[in-house]
Amino acid sequence: MNLRTLILGASASLFAFAAHAEAITIATVNNGDMVRMQKLTDDFTAKNPDIQLNWVTLEENVLRERVTTDIATKGGQYDVMTIGTYEVPIWAKQSWLLPLDNLGADYDADDIIPAIRNGLSADGKLYAAPFYGESSFIMYRKDLFEKSGLTMPDAPTWEFIGEAARKIKADNPDVNGICLRGKAGWGENMAFLTATANSFGARWFDEQWKPQFDQPEWKNTLDFYVKLMNDAGPQGASSNGFNENLALFQQGKCGMWIDATVAASFVSDPKNSTVADKVGYALAPDTGLGKRGNWLWAWSLAIPAGTQKAEAAQKFVSWATGKGYLDLVASKEGWANVPPGTRTSLYNNPEYQKAAPFAKMTLDSINAADPTKPTVKPVPYTGVQFVAIPEFQGLGTTVGQLFSAALAGQMSVDDALKQAQDAASAAMQEGGYIQ
Amino acid sequence: MARAVTTQHKTIVTAAAWIVALLIFFPILYTIITSFKSEQEAIQGFNLIPSGTTESYAEVQAQSGYFHFFLNSVILSVGSTILALIIAIPAAWSMAFSPTRRTKDVLMWMLSTKMMPAVAVLFPIYLIFRDTGLLDSRIGLMIMLMLINLPIVVWMLYTYFREIPGEILEAARMDGASLWNEIIYVLTPMAVPGIASTMLLNIILAWNEAFWTIRLTTTEAAPLTAFISSFSSPQGLFWAKLSAASTLAIAPILIMGWFSQKQLVRGLTFGAVK
Repeated sequence: MNLRTLILGASASLFAFAAHAEAITIATVNNGDMVRMQKLTDDFTAKNPDIQLNWVTLEENVLRERVTTDIATKGGQYDVMTIGTYEVPIWAKQSWLLPLDNLGADYDADDIIPAIRNGLSADGKLYAAPFYGESSFIMYRKDLFEKSGLTMPDAPTWEFIGEAARKIKADNPDVNGICLRGKAGWGENMAFLTATANSFGARWFDEQWKPQFDQPEWKNTLDFYVKLMNDAGPQGASSNGFNENLALFQQGKCGMWIDATVAASFVSDPKNSTVADKVGYALAPDTGLGKRGNWLWAWSLAIPAGTQKAEAAQKFVSWATGKGYLDLVASKEGWANVPPGTRTSLYNNPEYQKAAPFAKMTLDSINAADPTKPTVKPVPYTGVQFVAIPEFQGLGTTVGQLFSAALAGQMSVDDALKQAQDAASAAMQEGGYIQ
Repeated sequence: MARAVTTQHKTIVTAAAWIVALLIFFPILYTIITSFKSEQEAIQGFNLIPSGTTESYAEVQAQSGYFHFFLNSVILSVGSTILALIIAIPAAWSMAFSPTRRTKDVLMWMLSTKMMPAVAVLFPIYLIFRDTGLLDSRIGLMIMLMLINLPIVVWMLYTYFREIPGEILEAARMDGASLWNEIIYVLTPMAVPGIASTMLLNIILAWNEAFWTIRLTTTEAAPLTAFISSFSSPQGLFWAKLSAASTLAIAPILIMGWFSQKQLVRGLTFGAVK
């Protein structure tokens, strides 16, 4: 075989491969677990040499806007989309997503944690596969609790949390008793405050979609939050979101932090956290009314109805959210780095339990959240830390800005609640929910 | 005495110019400083002295193919600028040398299109791009960038052309020059500084455009603006990585601006009121 024949042969094979290879485009966010997935895709392409993967990584809000534009106009730019538990029920209802009914015989959809599976299903069909799931819980400094003579119960009340935060602050002037979200946004402070409000017996709307910000439960929630943050929270807390509080906690500046369970792997990572070996975990607080202040979220992979490459897309979703992927991450990067919160079998795995001391509390928190019955009183909507209606993104952010202003002292709690009630009433009227 | 006053005046003006220049440059400088910090340092608060780590650059390089985005930025900014000049030179020529009663209105109308919020036309444009198969294509984005910068290009060229005495063109016509010859051999050489500065400014505007370049692309045509946007993270610290990505994205245009600053300033002040 001479050189020319070799080159011609190689070119022909390359051409045949290029002609045969099907490229699918995946839209995602730049979270650690997603970045890790991109690095590990050689495993997928080795098993599926006829499928080529193109990644589009975007900032969360831009991603949401881009995929919404694409899916609503059937633009067909993406074959797999990373979306959350907020979008899935709304988009499934609009027939914008394909049901995931062809994920393969060994996928074992029954292994998906029931609360997460419910949040990603509509009419009994799974419309998105969870890549990683989360609830929220309390991360606290065991050393500071011991120093102040406090003992954190596994399932504390808000009253205890308030007292503990103030005592830690008093005993350690350099440390904030508690760090909570204050940055405005439906996925920022309103995720935390809506979940907290559930535990205080509040709800966004009554059964007739009438806004409920004029009810005493919301006033109790917001009064408690603003007072607690003023007494024991960090300065400028109205600008703090997940990342700002993460940095504060890692630097040892928070006695407690109530936020996403996924943060546990960050605060317990000795490479980045100065308090890695001093962190304890507890369920989100309650007020004894039967609901805890924890949420439920899952970054999930869904396939838009407009895709021309549904089969290849389902193969990819099956690979990325299947049991095999968890084993792959564990073998390459250790069990502590496995994407959490999606499969029951992971939490029964002794190796994972050993590598992730927060595993049991994470699972208990996820199981304690019920998106179909999120509140003490009945509601016409689903979603724990959000209301699964299209209007919520805009309305949630507007209310979030008002509550953030109340935290910053720019308006009173009463004014913020009154304006929130007016904004919600206007949005509900405009949406045709109420007259 | 007069000399002393002049010197003092000069010192004040120079100091003021330096302060203004530093204020304008400071956000870029702080981005560069932050890119040499660790993620923990970056989020800790204001600090002008970084630890000097280059880990963010290493991570950014490992995570994304910088050169693919860079190449797209070059093609889109240069391509859209050439397209804009091809349309704007004849347009500005006709308005500068053969004005009608409506010329001023046309110019104002063109400028008014810049005042419209881009998001207001996102859906119509997106649908047009979808139906014509231009989504995620370089040619589609080049046309888009050309269109959004065209009013500024026409206005700048119009201002430069107005400075050129009409008598020179008349003399050329007397010598038998055709319209084409008049534009190529008489007008263009005289307007080179103006055209060059318009070109440079348009390249910078197209390079920095982020609304459409992020929304109309996915992978093939995505430029450096999309590269930067991919480093923001809702759950995880990202300021140092984002700063490193921004520094890598602005470096080429910053270097180009530095080397062509004389040309840029001369061109920008060419049509100024005298």
